[in-house]
Amino acid sequence: MNKILAGSICGLVLGAMDGATAWFYPETHSMMGAIMVGSSVKGMVVGILCGWFARKVQSTGWGIVMGAGLGLVFAFLVAAMDTVNGRHPYLEIMMPGFAVGAITGFLTQRVGTSGSPVRPAH
Amino acid sequence: MDLSDSVLDHLRHMAALPDVSGTRYELEREIGRGGMGVVYAARDRDLDRRVALKVMEAELAGEARLIARLEHPSIVPIHETGRLPDGRVFYAMKLVVGVRLDHYLARSPSLAERLRVIRRAGEALAYAHTTGVIHRDLKPQNVMVGEFGEVYVMDWGVEAVAGTPGFRAPETPLDRRSDIYALGALLEFVLPADGPPALRAVAAKARRPDPADRYPDVGALLADIERFQEGLAVEAWAEPWRHRLVRFAARNAVLLWLLAAYAGVKLVLFFLRNL
Repeated sequence: MNKILAGSICGLVLGAMDGATAWFYPETHSMMGAIMVGSSVKGMVVGILCGWFARKVQSTGWGIVMGAGLGLVFAFLVAAMDTVNGRHPYLEIMMPGFAVGAITGFLTQRVGTSGSPVRPAH
Repeated sequence: MDLSDSVLDHLRHMAALPDVSGTRYELEREIGRGGMGVVYAARDRDLDRRVALKVMEAELAGEARLIARLEHPSIVPIHETGRLPDGRVFYAMKLVVGVRLDHYLARSPSLAERLRVIRRAGEALAYAHTTGVIHRDLKPQNVMVGEFGEVYVMDWGVEAVAGTPGFRAPETPLDRRSDIYALGALLEFVLPADGPPALRAVAAKARRPDPADRYPDVGALLADIERFQEGLAVEAWAEPWRHRLVRFAARNAVLLWLLAAYAGVKLVLFFLRNL
């Protein structure tokens, strides 16, 4: 399995699990479907980008940094599009997005094989 | 004529050295002595370099031919063999600048460094076994660690060698599995007092009295050491669940920290919301 496929699967699964935690907030029950889909797609996009990065740079540290950064950016975009009780839930989406992105970045460094020559990071 | 003490000492020293006239070597001093012969530091006049010269009885000439067949980075290369005027045979080999393994351990090297030495020695054994050669007398005194960290297995045995107590397998005649026994004993020897139980189990499996219960070959033993170094379970040890958990946590520390961070974030958000 190549890194991009591995990243997309990891991102999809982690994104879906992160989205599922919205169940603990009763006011979101009516939007669970949309939250799950949105969170899964966001996770998958982050995973694909992390997988692409992992093919270029083989470094657990940089993988985590890249994943966390991408997770933060995409979570910001999602939060900016979303409104709960008249405000954007930046904190509620971006903080977990940051952590899930870091995990995705880590996993893409560990799972899957590089399709092209890998350049070790120093 | 009176001779000074220093001249007398020099004469005694020279008289103790074998006659190497007719060869290209000048002996300097004795550097080792074993059941198979005596090793001297010498100078090769033709190539102007220092070598080690092993001198032994004529009937042991096979040892030189045996070792000359072995070409491996951890086996000292033989330059030349020959016969001395007194009928004994010799072979010239690379002079290894370094220390014996038992002396090397006095420097308290790290566990990783100790295992590196064992793995290099094991690779030399594994190679020799593929050529049909067995060592018969592997022990700390026969493993040298060079000044640049290179590892050499010395004194490859011949039929006459009976092994060394503590490192010699109980069975006779000695065979490949006897070298595995000795390598296990060597592993046990290099482990520090608080050495990991997984490695002690590897050493114990290699040293089982019945050769059939040991590792089938040196490669299997080395693979178990490698598994330990990679944080995986070793074949030789039925690991208790507590050790398994600790090993899993150590092997996946980064992932566990990331998951803990995620769980922490979620908990903080959950409680902030309910304030």
